[in-house]
Amino acid sequence: MANDLEELSSRAAAEIDAAGDARVLEQLRVDLLGKKGRVTELLKQLGGMAPEQRKAFGEQVNRVKETLAAALERKAQSLAESELARQLASETIDVTLPGRGEDIGGLHPVTRTIRRIERIFNSMGFESVQGPEIEDDWHNFQALNIPESHPARAMQDTFYALNGARLLRTHTSPVQIRTMKQRKPPIRIICPGRVYRVDFDRTHSPMFHQVEGLYVAESVGLADLKHDLQRFLSLFFEREVEALFRPSYFPFVEPGADVHMRWGDRWLELLGCGVVHPNVLNAVGIDPERYTGYAFGMGVERLAMLRYGVDDLRLFFNNDLRFLEQFR
Amino acid sequence: MKISEKWLREWVSPPVSATALAEKLNLAGLECEAEPLMPDLPQGVVVSLIVRTEPHPQAERLRICEVDAGLDETLKIVCGAANARAGILVPAALPGARLPGGKEIGAAVLRGVESSGMLCSAAELGLAEKSEGLLELDPDAYPGTPIEKHLGLDDRLLNLELTPNRGDCLSIAGLARELAALYSLPAKAPTIRPAVVSALPSRDVVVEDSQGCPHYVGRVVDRINPKARTPDWMRERLRRSGIRAIHPVVDITNYVMLELGQPMHGFDNARLAGAVRIRRARAGEQLVLLNEQNLQLNPADLLIADDGGPLVLAGVMGGAASGVGAGTTQVFLESACFDPIGIAGSGRRHKLLSDSRYRNERGVDPGLQRRALERATVLIQQICGGEAGPVVEVGRAPQYGASLRLRHSRIERLLGCTVPARDVPVLLARLGIETQAEEAGAWRARVPTWRYDLRIEADLVEEIGRLYGYDRIPARANAASLAPFSVPETQRPVDALKDILVARGYQEVVTYSFVDPKLQAQLDPGTAVVALDNPIAETMGVMRSTLWSGLIPTWLYNRQRQHKRARLFECGAAYAPDGAGTREAQRLAGLVAGTALAEQWGSQPGRPVDFYDVKADLLALMGDSAGRFCFERGEHAALHPGRCARILRDGQPVGWLGELHPRLAQTLDIGEALVLFELDAQKVGAAPLPQAAAVSEFPSSRRDLALVLREEVPAEELVAAARKAGGPLLRSVQVFDIYRGPGLPEGFKSIALGLIFQDYSRTLHIEEIDAAVREITDSVSAQLGASVRG
Repeated sequence: MANDLEELSSRAAAEIDAAGDARVLEQLRVDLLGKKGRVTELLKQLGGMAPEQRKAFGEQVNRVKETLAAALERKAQSLAESELARQLASETIDVTLPGRGEDIGGLHPVTRTIRRIERIFNSMGFESVQGPEIEDDWHNFQALNIPESHPARAMQDTFYALNGARLLRTHTSPVQIRTMKQRKPPIRIICPGRVYRVDFDRTHSPMFHQVEGLYVAESVGLADLKHDLQRFLSLFFEREVEALFRPSYFPFVEPGADVHMRWGDRWLELLGCGVVHPNVLNAVGIDPERYTGYAFGMGVERLAMLRYGVDDLRLFFNNDLRFLEQFR
Repeated sequence: MKISEKWLREWVSPPVSATALAEKLNLAGLECEAEPLMPDLPQGVVVSLIVRTEPHPQAERLRICEVDAGLDETLKIVCGAANARAGILVPAALPGARLPGGKEIGAAVLRGVESSGMLCSAAELGLAEKSEGLLELDPDAYPGTPIEKHLGLDDRLLNLELTPNRGDCLSIAGLARELAALYSLPAKAPTIRPAVVSALPSRDVVVEDSQGCPHYVGRVVDRINPKARTPDWMRERLRRSGIRAIHPVVDITNYVMLELGQPMHGFDNARLAGAVRIRRARAGEQLVLLNEQNLQLNPADLLIADDGGPLVLAGVMGGAASGVGAGTTQVFLESACFDPIGIAGSGRRHKLLSDSRYRNERGVDPGLQRRALERATVLIQQICGGEAGPVVEVGRAPQYGASLRLRHSRIERLLGCTVPARDVPVLLARLGIETQAEEAGAWRARVPTWRYDLRIEADLVEEIGRLYGYDRIPARANAASLAPFSVPETQRPVDALKDILVARGYQEVVTYSFVDPKLQAQLDPGTAVVALDNPIAETMGVMRSTLWSGLIPTWLYNRQRQHKRARLFECGAAYAPDGAGTREAQRLAGLVAGTALAEQWGSQPGRPVDFYDVKADLLALMGDSAGRFCFERGEHAALHPGRCARILRDGQPVGWLGELHPRLAQTLDIGEALVLFELDAQKVGAAPLPQAAAVSEFPSSRRDLALVLREEVPAEELVAAARKAGGPLLRSVQVFDIYRGPGLPEGFKSIALGLIFQDYSRTLHIEEIDAAVREITDSVSAQLGASVRG
């Protein structure tokens, strides 16, 4: 009897081991441990045995039964795992294929540059303000100390509308005027926006962008201007910028300056600035004896060209997607 | 202004190179570049005298010139120039010479006659773009002198671009003064002695407009030699400043203008009748200018006139009839100071450019007129001979410019640094500004006449800063306390809206604000536009009333460059007339063209973009959690009448969304799908401040309802009716399917609604939900004729 058990046990173990899939294994389980299974059949023989023999044999059979049940369980798990592995393998995708859906868009480089300029000046305490692009003569010229027939008017050829009653602002400076009329010093603002001049060639666009800056308080002078612009340039270009302040002339500032920056072995003219002219402060009702201030105006495209290596101003307004998409 | 370095150095000569000198001027605010006069000097070209000429035996147009080139023997040179004649001095390129541009000259045989070199024209020597005939030289030039020595060609040009306030530096004298101040050097100036006056009849001068002409001096110079010739040295200096030699008197007035800064005019005195009058033009008067242009004069124009009428557009350009010419023996010289504003006005009105206008509109030293007149007289007498009449003077030259108070404290405030008080008078003295201490810390400054640009205290501060050096002014961190700026949460900044569009695949573009009126009239007919008075081109003639006027051409541009689809947007102003003025509104507009998605694997290929694709973008842009926006059917000239929505926010129009009108598509030759939107950026950016409500802990129940209704009933109305009828338990209504086709009558559609019911305090009973659904079906049936699909 014991030999039969031994043989059954080893044969069953081999059969379990050889089972190829879950269905065969289940068949095997029924065949071995089911109601009419081979091991169950053996247990049925217990009835005809002597009590002491029965006990020993019973224990033996139960041990075999447990062993086989455990083997079946192990085999079932192993089959499930290889089944899962097979399934996962069949579900494998090519992760190198492109993603689907819409690509990201992008901002225009001028917007990108204005944002950068604004963020830097905002962090320095300058508030962004806006003003109209279609202006009148007073805001664009007269209040800025550029009277009729001033030669400086020829520096900025002007687009007119409504039979000369209005003009397209030639600079963002009228926003200074509007802001100073509304607020009391201290005032610290920047004004980005479109400006227009009758000029159209390789290096001139009839429309371009400027950022105006203005700081008026009780004692603001050229030294403060130098500090703030120097700091701005270094932050904008993310390096220590060597800047040169040179005397220059703009009717709305006195003293006036233009700022050049070292670019390789050259000095590049970047922007105009100066101490707000007392006539300008008078025009907006700010006492020039009590308050002084500085103002600057920078060309956005100029900065963008330097920063991003753009060599033709016209690219900004052709809006060729192959150009614009480089700024995504 | 271009000017000879050698000439300048006769007046002041700092011991530095021309480049360093230019750099110094730059740092002082006078934009200047130094460049060599001739990068390539002629070699082996000498002054030579044509001793005799004889005809060429083989060629009618050639002559054989016997030339004294300062050698032991004369040379024979064949020449084809019409002015080749005995007795004149000309440049001769001898064999072995090298002309600018690299041309080598050797001995040659020309039609059987040997020629030892070449006689040269100005163009051949690189002195002119083109020229006729041989360059004739001074009759007293010395044969054999190298031409570069005779003409002083080893020179540099200083090219100055001055700001409009520095008219005082538009001359050798002015630049020399400036350089002397910058280098602390004395400036030399030629001694100008008044000419000996002969008892000649003088011409009366009447200044009728003393504001337009505060100072006028004139004189007659009689018996000048009409055959006189402007000497080479003067011709060369003029040429280097871009002025052509014309007539000795004209050349001399131009020379004095370059030298001293005073524009002058020479009349042929014999052609004048009666007194010279400085007056405004009368209505209907005309004047033929030197450039043969016939001007219709404006009553604001200042004139020099005589009894016969206008002679000269004062300070801008002379007239053709009264100027000096070949036969002139009697000159009336004018040296005047004009009001710059009047000159600028005339110059701009008549679009006339001249050296005279350039200087007069910037202002001329009001103390200079007499000095310039004497200088010109002396030069005329030197070159043309003649006798000088008495000077006629109207008005007076001021002795000084402005008298200004200067406070030491103001210097510190405006510059932001301290310039020692004892340095201030010293710095100003270098500029010819005299100072006198007033009370402590203040001076009275007397400005010289030529610095008429210095009018207020701040001007003096700039001068001090300039001489002290802007580079020596330290950078100073200033910290005035300012109120922090407000951060409104209920108005999203335009930048935030742009970012949403970018994240949804839109590329921003920036187009011109002025657009093609024709295209705009098609897109936005009947809307009043702001037209430009002086556009650059007709196609840039009006300000845009819609951003589509820029977006559509941008798409067409890219389409021509093989783009098949695009998602574009622009943010900026649209302009409209508004009473006597204009109005601007910030708009956010977009154009989507081509397929809904870029070509990609694994998706439905090539579906054209449609209204709903873009509507989803706009809903995202609006961030409309509160349901304040609604889309209603609208009509817009640019949009497909059946696929066009007007967008409202709280009942107020905000913008448009729609597909391009097929008729426009045809006109513009657009075959692909094209969806457009335009929104008011301000209104779209407005967002309510979120107010949190409790979230229900109890389960929600969903019921789906398919409702059949007529095609023309908008889904929005069905949803709104369902919402209204559903009562407080209805949380949300969602359209999840639209069906048309078999099983439905013609002209009907089925809209499937998903209804979500929920309560905050309990789980709902089936009966309650059934009742609510019944309420909805009854209501939409009564209001919209919708029936539940069986």
